[in-house]
Amino acid sequence: MAKTPKPEELSKIDYKLPEKGWMDTPVEFKEGMYCHGARPQYLETVDFPNPRQWSSKKDEDWKLPENWKEIVLNGMKERLEKYRSFRLFMDICVRCGACADKCQFFLGTGDPKNMPVLRAELIRSVYKRYFTASGKMLGKLAGGRELTLDVLKEWWYYFYQCSECRRCSVFCPYGIDQAEITMIGREILNLLGLNTDWIAGPVANSYMRGNHLGLEPHTIKSNFDFMAEDIEEVTGIKVEPTFNRKGAEILFVAPSGDFFGDPGTYTCMGYLMLFHELGLDYTWSTYASEGGNFGSFTSMEMGKRLNYKIYAEAKRLGVKWILGGECGHMWRVVNQYMDTWNGPADFLEVPVSPITGTRFENAKSTKMVHIAEFTADLIKHGKLKLDPSRNDHLKVTFHDSCNTARGMGILDEPRYILKNVLNHFYEMPEETIREKTFCCGSGSGLNAAENMELRLRGGFPRANAVKYVHQKYGVNMLTNICAIDRAALPTLMNYWVPGVDVAGVHELVANALVMKGEKERTQDLRLEPLPEKVGAENV
Amino acid sequence: METKLKDTLREKKPAILKRWFDVIMETYPTEAAGFLKGTKNRFTSPVGYTIYEGIDGLIDGLIREVPFEELSPLLDSIIKIRAVQKFSPSQAVAFIFHLKRIVNEELQNMSDAHGVIDAAALSEFGSKIDTLALISFDIYMESREKVYELKASEARKRAFRLLQRESQLYEMQEKERSDFVITNLLREENQLYGMQGQDPNIETTNLK
Ligand code: SF4
Ligand code: SF4
Repeated sequence: MAKTPKPEELSKIDYKLPEKGWMDTPVEFKEGMYCHGARPQYLETVDFPNPRQWSSKKDEDWKLPENWKEIVLNGMKERLEKYRSFRLFMDICVRCGACADKCQFFLGTGDPKNMPVLRAELIRSVYKRYFTASGKMLGKLAGGRELTLDVLKEWWYYFYQCSECRRCSVFCPYGIDQAEITMIGREILNLLGLNTDWIAGPVANSYMRGNHLGLEPHTIKSNFDFMAEDIEEVTGIKVEPTFNRKGAEILFVAPSGDFFGDPGTYTCMGYLMLFHELGLDYTWSTYASEGGNFGSFTSMEMGKRLNYKIYAEAKRLGVKWILGGECGHMWRVVNQYMDTWNGPADFLEVPVSPITGTRFENAKSTKMVHIAEFTADLIKHGKLKLDPSRNDHLKVTFHDSCNTARGMGILDEPRYILKNVLNHFYEMPEETIREKTFCCGSGSGLNAAENMELRLRGGFPRANAVKYVHQKYGVNMLTNICAIDRAALPTLMNYWVPGVDVAGVHELVANALVMKGEKERTQDLRLEPLPEKVGAENV
Repeated sequence: METKLKDTLREKKPAILKRWFDVIMETYPTEAAGFLKGTKNRFTSPVGYTIYEGIDGLIDGLIREVPFEELSPLLDSIIKIRAVQKFSPSQAVAFIFHLKRIVNEELQNMSDAHGVIDAAALSEFGSKIDTLALISFDIYMESREKVYELKASEARKRAFRLLQRESQLYEMQEKERSDFVITNLLREENQLYGMQGQDPNIETTNLK
């Protein structure tokens, strides 16, 4: 009879690594920790190499071209020459370990290969072996290793367990940015058709129809009709947004998640109400109908191709400048890459708020202003009539999205807005916010369903800090300025901190916004009853 | 609980706590354990902190003989973590049994000066730990179910407005139409994104 294992034996089985070094420990694909491989038609749509049916599960044939090794090494070579930062990051790490415990995926999984230093080493070891003199001669002794199929699979597994959040880089004395290493790693994998289905789908859809789900103009329009109906029910005011209108002053681009998925739709209603109240001369576009850019999770080139439509549409419509909605990676792209990729947008003007006259010098090159800057400026100039007590049923905290916080430094604007539109605001602990913010665990195209365990584990440090303010102050609303947050955080809260809901900042702005000619509000944007006014019954 | 056992456990608590914590953290890969073991900062070492606080509370609660309902949230915080770490159910709750072994060993190691602990009292204490294990198992199952539920509900939520639109289009009976639309939408989503844990390429569903 088989010996019944003792409890302590049982509990050890699963995750104790063999005592071999990490280099010799092949990757083990664990259920719930990775995404499906990209299906061929998505790759074909954007002319990507090696479209085929394949499964990302381990041990299966990945159907790679025969000369895959050559393709990878050439790909590395090209990028080492093109991106000085890449070569630098490959060379200068001193293994000080400062970054080791800073990644939420490491903190949540305990998997050493999720330590940023080791994640980089997965590709650095190959760099050493093939691109440095010592590695070529000494191989393993100099930290080099052969590029094998196992190594390739390991790259795929771990570069899609990094959300490109940059938290580690904040703590690295040399500023080594693992997000960029991951981006290049993924770019090289894409040379072999190794994308995930969750990323490749939105890329193909955006390329063909302008947004992640491939919504066509009439669908977008009718979703807006629904939102307009709800707005009318709440305020008695009919908003009439325009689409693809030539000659508008401003083109507004938001993440498409806000068009159709709750709670993003409430954020979208917030935009609609604010712009209506201001009488802004703006238009939506059903062509540039996606602020998000899953291309940037694929390769620089794909990011550029998808990003291009925003300027193309601005030009076609003849607007003066572009306003952008609450999105995370859209802004990393705008802030870091758009200008070099598709700029300079000389045909546009330096953005000037038509309401306050503020000239957004910071956007004078890209001509694109973040809505948090725009609204904060309105409030600063006293242009909005606000009744914060309409948000009194909410105890609110703010999650800094990695991309807006670390990717572009928007830290204070959303907080300034929130403090003006509501009365109960509580910060999470200092080591978990602003530039040190923890990722939601679902960024950079990791927000699929099949890798739910990865997301829940990577999101645990964030949820843990929310739980703290939930228990201490009764916080029941987690706000953010990112569409992936609005899609992913409700799930995270549901698992780790039930009782906390998720909202975009402009939803709460619109709750508080006193609009000209509105009826007395009894509901918030979610059609929930507003809190009783203190002393109202005595009036 | 017999006073003598209680006093002894109280006295031994620091040693028991340390051993229990070490044995749980030992299950992590050696390179990782050092970092994860940090218990000082609730926010930057959330796993170590949560487990430490959790088992600390459990030992305390057992000694003070608080009702099991009060111990449940502590178990919950630990097991939720383990439930997404791909343990088998028995592996996920095995940590509870470590406590029994550690307590027994600690009591055996005691010098004679402490005298003999009543065997009946000890076995009663042991059966409390067994009850904790059973509760843990329930929590584990609930957590796993939650994970599956989240996968499905996320798809629905993300497409709420599309559902709304479709349902108006078809103008069906309330129940009928939402079922109809949800099924269709999920099917569509399935094809689009290979949701529901199916590998789209294995299922060979196809949009075209
Ligand atoms: S960029 Fe973020 S997810 Fe990637 S290794 Fe660094 S901390 Fe981890
Ligand atoms: S902090 Fe920077 S130098 Fe130190 S190990 Fe990490 S990547 Fe290397």
